[in-house]
Amino acid sequence: MSLIDDLARLEAAASGRARPRATVRHRHLSERPLVFVPLTTAGEAGAPLGALIGTERTSPRLLTVAQPRDRDLRFAFLAQLAEILLPYVESFADDVEAAERTETDPETGKRVKIETELCADAPQLIVPSRAGVEFVRLLGRSMRFRRTAEQDPDAPYPAPPRVPLLGRWLTHYGERSRVPGSALLLAMTDLLSRHWATGQSSLEEQHLGALLAWIEAPDGTSGEAAALRAELARDADGQLLCPPAGPATDPAFDNDLLAPAIERYDRARSALAAAVDGVEADALLASLTAAEREIDALVASRTRPTWDAVWRGLDALCALPEAPSAVDRWRGDRWSFTGHRDRVAAGEPPQPRVDDAVTAASKLATREREQARLDAQEALDDPLVMAGRRLAGEAFAGEVTDVVMAYSEGRSPRPRPLITVRTADRPHLDTGVKVYRSLDGKAQSAQFVTYAVEGEDGESSGAAENSGAAESSGDGDGSLVILRVLDKMGRGKEPDAGSVPEVGDRLCWTLFEHEQRGGPKLPDPEDTPWTHGGPPQSAATPSGGPAPGESPDPVTAEDVL
Amino acid sequence: MPKAALAQSLGSPSGFGQSQFAFMRGHAFEARVKSDGGAELLRLTHACLGGGPEPEPGSAQVPDLSAAGPRGRAGRTEIALREATAAGAWTLLDHPMLALDVAGTPAFLEPDAVVVAPDGTWTVVEIKSFPMIDGAADAAKVGAAARQSAVYVLALDDVAARMAADGERAPEVRRHALLVCPKDFSNLPAASAVDVRKQCAVTRRQLSRLTRVEDIAATLPPGLTFDVARPADELSAAVDAVPATYAPECLAACELAFHCREQARARGELTALGRSLRADLGSLTTIEETLAAARGDAGDPDDPAVAALRRAGALRAEALAGGARCP
Repeated sequence: MSLIDDLARLEAAASGRARPRATVRHRHLSERPLVFVPLTTAGEAGAPLGALIGTERTSPRLLTVAQPRDRDLRFAFLAQLAEILLPYVESFADDVEAAERTETDPETGKRVKIETELCADAPQLIVPSRAGVEFVRLLGRSMRFRRTAEQDPDAPYPAPPRVPLLGRWLTHYGERSRVPGSALLLAMTDLLSRHWATGQSSLEEQHLGALLAWIEAPDGTSGEAAALRAELARDADGQLLCPPAGPATDPAFDNDLLAPAIERYDRARSALAAAVDGVEADALLASLTAAEREIDALVASRTRPTWDAVWRGLDALCALPEAPSAVDRWRGDRWSFTGHRDRVAAGEPPQPRVDDAVTAASKLATREREQARLDAQEALDDPLVMAGRRLAGEAFAGEVTDVVMAYSEGRSPRPRPLITVRTADRPHLDTGVKVYRSLDGKAQSAQFVTYAVEGEDGESSGAAENSGAAESSGDGDGSLVILRVLDKMGRGKEPDAGSVPEVGDRLCWTLFEHEQRGGPKLPDPEDTPWTHGGPPQSAATPSGGPAPGESPDPVTAEDVL
Repeated sequence: MPKAALAQSLGSPSGFGQSQFAFMRGHAFEARVKSDGGAELLRLTHACLGGGPEPEPGSAQVPDLSAAGPRGRAGRTEIALREATAAGAWTLLDHPMLALDVAGTPAFLEPDAVVVAPDGTWTVVEIKSFPMIDGAADAAKVGAAARQSAVYVLALDDVAARMAADGERAPEVRRHALLVCPKDFSNLPAASAVDVRKQCAVTRRQLSRLTRVEDIAATLPPGLTFDVARPADELSAAVDAVPATYAPECLAACELAFHCREQARARGELTALGRSLRADLGSLTTIEETLAAARGDAGDPDDPAVAALRRAGALRAEALAGGARCP
C-alpha cells in the first residue's frame, strides 16, 4: 500500500468516517448479480449448514441442512443449490454475439482469426467475504468428482443429477476469482476495501459489518463507534448483534442455539422412525417439522443481516461511476465464461485435481499479466491511483512549456519532436527510458532525453547533467523534462493534427506500459519436458477407464464424524 | 493467569471460543487416528519418515503416562521416553507431558503424540481436524501447526540433552513433525512430514530473548494485582503497568487484544492500523502527529518521511479535487 492509501487510512481514523481510495468503480457490477451467503458447520470440511441465495434483494431463497452430518440432507441441499444456481448460469449461455479469436492453425502453425461467439453478458456471483470465495472453491471441489446414479450405477452414495455439474461451475468461478481484476466471483469486503479506506487495519476490514459501518456512517456520526458495535456488541443472551459474515459461525451461536436445536431435531427424527402407528407418527411428524422450522429460523437470523449488508455494499459501490477499463476487463470475464460453457457442452471431464505443468505455468503467466494490466488500467482510469504511481516515481504530470520540431536521421526523415514538460513530480528517469501517455485511448511513447536547466530556452542544447539538474531545480518549481516523441504521428513528414502536444497542454506520462504483451509461448501439454514431469498421466494412458485425476473421491460410511 | 476472565472483568471480553461441533470433530478424529493401539498412526509415521522396520499392527507399545500433576506427568513421560529408546521398538506416547523453560518459569506442554521409532528417533505428531485436500491444506493453519510442533521439538531436545548428560545413548529428535489431517472430505487420516527447522530456530531465538518473568515483576509497583474481582478501572491501571505493544495481529492470538486495541486507539497509535503502515512512516508514531506533519503544521521538512508525506498529501488533495485528470 502506498503512502497515499496510508494517509487515507489516517484521515479516516482521525475523522471516524471512511475516506475514498478511488474516484471511480474499478470492477464491473452486473445488473443482475447472484448474491450467495453461505454458512458452514464448524470443524467439518464441506459440510454446509445453510445459505441465502438469490438475485432479488427482497426475496432470497433460504436453504438449510437440519443435520449437517447427514449425507442425504447434504445432498438435498446441494441439489437445491444446483436448481437455483444452474438455471441462473444457463440463462446467460444462449445470448451471444459474434466475436473473433486468434488461434494457431494446427496444420500451418500460423496465427489465424476465426469467427466465434461470445456471450453478451456473464453471470456474476457475489459473496460477503474472502472466506466465502474460498468456500465456493471448496464446494466446487467437493462436488465435481461425485458420480450420479446415471453416470455410474454402482457408485456408493450417488449424488443428485446436477450436483457434479454445479461443482464444475463453482470450481471455474473459484479459479477465475484468482485472476486479478476479474469480476465473475467477487467478495464484498474486497470490493469495499478497494474503494474506501477505514480507520482500521486491513485485518479488521475482513469484517463486512464493521467495514460497512465505517462507509455508511451518516454525517455527524462516528463510523468508528458503529463499527465497534457491529464487531463486538452482544445481546442479553450473549449472541452477536451483527453475526459474522461467514461462512464460519460464531461459537456462542453454535453452542447456545444451534447445537440444542439440532439435538431436538435428531430426537424428533429418531422418535418418528420408531413410531408404531399412524396417529402417533402424525404427531411426531409435526414435531419434526417444528424442529426443522426452528433450524431454518436460526440460519435465517444469521444470514439475513449479511444478505442485507451485501446489498447495501452494492448500493454504495453503484454510487461510483464505473471505470472505463472495467468494461474491458469484464469482456475477459465473458470470454472465460463462454470458454467454460463450451467445455461443458463438449462433454470434457471435470477440472483435474492438480494442474499439469503447462496449465499451471500458463495460469500463473495469465495472473501476472492481468495484474500488470490491472495496475496500469486502474492508474489510467483514476487520478487517485495515478497519484500513488506519481508519488512512487512511476509517472509524472505537468504542463508542456516548449515544443521544438525535429526529425530522425536517415533516408526519409520522420518527425521526432522534442517537448519540454514542467513537472513537480520526481520520476525515476534515466537517459533512454521510454514514457507513455494516452492519446485517444492508445499509448503514445516518447523517450526521455535529459533535464533542462531553468532560464535557458529549454532546448536540448541547454541541457545539463540530468541528475544534477533535478537536484538543483528544487522542490517549488519542479524540474523541466525534455522528451522526444516517437510514434502515433501518422505516416507523413508532417505529424497529424493533434498528435503532437502543444504548449500549455497538461499531460500525464507514465513509465509503465499501458498495454501488456503476452509472454513466451508454452508447449502443448503433450510436449511437457521431462524437467517438468513429462506429459501428464491422463494423456499417456490409453483411452479406456477414467484417468486417475478424475476418479471420484473415496467415500466412507460416515464422511463426517 | 486467566486472561479470558481478566478481559471479561476489564469490560472488553475476548471473542475466542470453540464451537462444540469443531471440538467434537477434533476429538473424534484424534481418537480414530490413535485407535487400535496407534496402528494407523505408526503406519503413517513409517510411511512418511521411515525409522526402522515396518510396524506390525498390534505390536506397538503404548505406555501408560498418567501421574499426579503436570510435574509428575512430565517425569513419567521422560521415563517412558528413556525406556522406549532403550527398547528399540515402535512406541506411541499418547498425550505425553513435556516441560520447557519459558522466561525462567517452566511451561508444561501436551503434544497430541510422540512416536519413538526402533532406530531411536523421536517424532512429534500433531493431529489436526482441518482437511488436507489433494495433498494441500490451508497454509496459515499448517504454519500455526508447524510453530506449535517446533515448541514440542525444543522441549524434547531438553529431554534428549539430559539423557546424553546421563551417558545414555542420545536419541535424535526429528526436525520433521508429522502432521495428520483428514484426507479430502472423508475422515480417513492423511499424513505429511512438515519441516520445522526454521520454526525451531525462530522459537529458540525468541525464547532466549524473552525478558525473564522475575525482571518484569521487579519493575511493577508492589501490591499490584490482577485479581479479576477488582473493579475495571483498577484492573485497567494494573494491566497498563505491564508494557505491551498492540498490533492488529494480536487479535488472533491474545485474549486481551480488544483491551489493548482500545488503549492503542485512544492514544492514536499508528501500529493499531497495521505494522506495515507504521513502518512506512519512520519516526512518527501517532495519527495526530502524522496528519499534522502531512498538513505541514509540524514535523521536520528535512525528514524524508515527513517530506514524502507532504508530497503524498498534496497529490491526494489534487486528485480528489479532480484537477489532475489529464490524458
